Amino acid sequence: MPTEELLLPETTVTASCGAECAIETYEEVYRKPATLVDVNMHYCPGCAHSLIHKLIMEVVEDMDIQEKTIGIAPVGCSVFAYDYMDIDMQEAAHGRAAAVATGVKRLMPDKYVFTYQGDGDLAAIGIGETIHAVNRGENILIVFVNNAVYGMTSGQMAPTTLNGMKTTTSPNGRSAELTGLPIKVAELMAQLGGAYFVTRQTISSPNAVRRTKKALLQAFQYQTLKKGTCFIEILSNCPSNWKMTPIESMKFIDEEMAKTFPLGDIKVPVTINTKTEGGIQ
Amino acid sequence: MDTIKIKTPKERKVKGKVEINIQKCKGCELCLTACKENALKLSDSINIKGYRYMIANNDLCTGCVNCAIICPDAVISVFRTHPKKKPVDITPENIKDTIKSIVI
Amino acid sequence: MEAKLMKGNEALAEAAIQAGCDAYFGYPITPQSEVLEYLAVEMPKHNRIVMQAESEVASINMVYGAAGAGFRAMTSSSSPGISLMAEGISYLAGAELPCLLVNVNRAGPGLGTIQPGQGDYFQATKGGGHGDYRMIVLAPASVQEMADHVFLGFDLADKYCNPVMILSDGAIGQMMEKVVFQPYIHNKVDKPWATVGKPASRNRNFITSLHIRPEDMEVQNQKLLDKYNLMRKQEVRYEEFQTEDAEYLFVAYGLSSRICQKAVDLAREKGIKVGLFRPISLFPFPYQRLEVLASQVKLMLSVELNTGQMVEDVQLAVKGKVPVEFYGRLGGMIPTPEEVLLHLEKLMQ
Repeated sequence: MPTEELLLPETTVTASCGAECAIETYEEVYRKPATLVDVNMHYCPGCAHSLIHKLIMEVVEDMDIQEKTIGIAPVGCSVFAYDYMDIDMQEAAHGRAAAVATGVKRLMPDKYVFTYQGDGDLAAIGIGETIHAVNRGENILIVFVNNAVYGMTSGQMAPTTLNGMKTTTSPNGRSAELTGLPIKVAELMAQLGGAYFVTRQTISSPNAVRRTKKALLQAFQYQTLKKGTCFIEILSNCPSNWKMTPIESMKFIDEEMAKTFPLGDIKVPVTINTKTEGGIQ
Repeated sequence: MDTIKIKTPKERKVKGKVEINIQKCKGCELCLTACKENALKLSDSINIKGYRYMIANNDLCTGCVNCAIICPDAVISVFRTHPKKKPVDITPENIKDTIKSIVI
Repeated sequence: MEAKLMKGNEALAEAAIQAGCDAYFGYPITPQSEVLEYLAVEMPKHNRIVMQAESEVASINMVYGAAGAGFRAMTSSSSPGISLMAEGISYLAGAELPCLLVNVNRAGPGLGTIQPGQGDYFQATKGGGHGDYRMIVLAPASVQEMADHVFLGFDLADKYCNPVMILSDGAIGQMMEKVVFQPYIHNKVDKPWATVGKPASRNRNFITSLHIRPEDMEVQNQKLLDKYNLMRKQEVRYEEFQTEDAEYLFVAYGLSSRICQKAVDLAREKGIKVGLFRPISLFPFPYQRLEVLASQVKLMLSVELNTGQMVEDVQLAVKGKVPVEFYGRLGGMIPTPEEVLLHLEKLMQ
């Protein structure tokens, strides 16, 4: 017998020999979702865009809806989302994802349609399209990734930039007098009649990521009910433009951003049977 | 000179291990803060992209999945022992196949 | 076939339904609101989608979404609204999505007036949005053509995977004439690129106009250019009226061609040999036919409802062989046939 075959990693097998051997078997408990394309992502180290891509793709895989899902990519760092998500996607003009999603969903009401947008895209140039899509109660999911700066164009001030926060276009810190206060988009959307589920989550810790994934899962499931728009704001980071390490950026989300943008559900469907297994009835 | 404290593996019911795709790792260290067992650290060498990458001490791993959940680049796979130990009969005849089925 | 008396805009809308248009997204603007109004009543009867969007910007992007999903989609607007759509049109052309756009041209610039104009010729034919793109532009001159061009426009859009624009004007859109709807068979084209959800059996589809590597962008630009050249070869359309023995030639499209046609009749009564050349496709422009006519006539007069736009294409076509003159009325004013003829007679002296 060739010896190589017996060279096993120590941690893999623990065999206590006797007349009967007890062996610990390892099972896979976590891996990259198959719906996420196996390529290097262009995002900076520690950027949560790729993390949120992964979460959405996990939900698509868990629900087994790859064949029925159409995503709309924005303009911004995540413009290449279609390179990483293994689903049919359309790349929208800057800010227009909600309108494009409307076009897709109206013609294919039984498909799952979501938009993936940043704060520059959704909260600045695209706020009009977003408000109207939510007000009409389009049965889509809007994933709003809020990292308080324009990432791709290298860190300019966004509508969600915190008061006093320094960016390349607010070098002395954002001034409320000059540029107003950050827009609380999720609260704004919750005011609209067509909004069905509005929540603000983050990805700053493993548990926060779990909560975000749960919210995404719920939102995808709600689409089948055809009761209105689901809007998930995710507080995210931009280590490169915040000039922080990824770890510092996660702390900044918890300690600073969450003060301006309180986390949690803002509008939840009235009748939820939370005890029902496998989703919402 | 800094000394690195190495935790000795505790007796645990559940053991884990992680596999890291080091060529895709960007060394952002988010997994490092997520790991309560200090099983992860940054390598001294760099990968093909020029990043220092994460390496794991699987003796400390509990398979809690925290590192993989927060990994932005989805480079970590996690494995865990089944909580209930399955007794397996190993005889000289089936030893090769049994070990193969466990390892692969 | 039964002839109906219809408004231009309504005939266009009815044709859209008969052409199997799956979705219409629009926004009210004079003088084309009848399209949206007509479809708001009729489309639901056929289980099609009709939506009043919050802006022209939104409606063109809804068209993008629907076209990207492989459906027949259209929108319509008038000049200021088309300017708002320019971004979306550029994206549609860049992403090579078939769709039908209608511009019921009014006079401008700015908010301008709601009366007919032809000031959007440059915008339509030279690409009103950013970047290097073209779209087929059809110019109807009657209510009948408002309907016919819808069928033709949808087919051409599908054939070339490109936006097609019907460039009408406030008068053609608002006037009532008889129209006959020819039976139309919608030969559905295969759209394997459409984003309808990715089955395991194929790679994912994505609709985009982004090619960040210059090497890729150049390949895409070249592909577009080849397509535009094919259009130039295959899709030139024009109409001639009494050009066989013409010594003088009116060149006009849309509403102004109707006026010139009458002016030709008046001139012929007077014994002046005048003909009319009417481009139906403004892009591709019938350069070659005009060049041939240039060796026959003494003078060409481009009659337009603007400050002189198509006249530049006419000059390009004749390559200096004959004088090319221009006559235009502005601001929504419409010339009479007598007025046009008088201008020609002045030039003849």
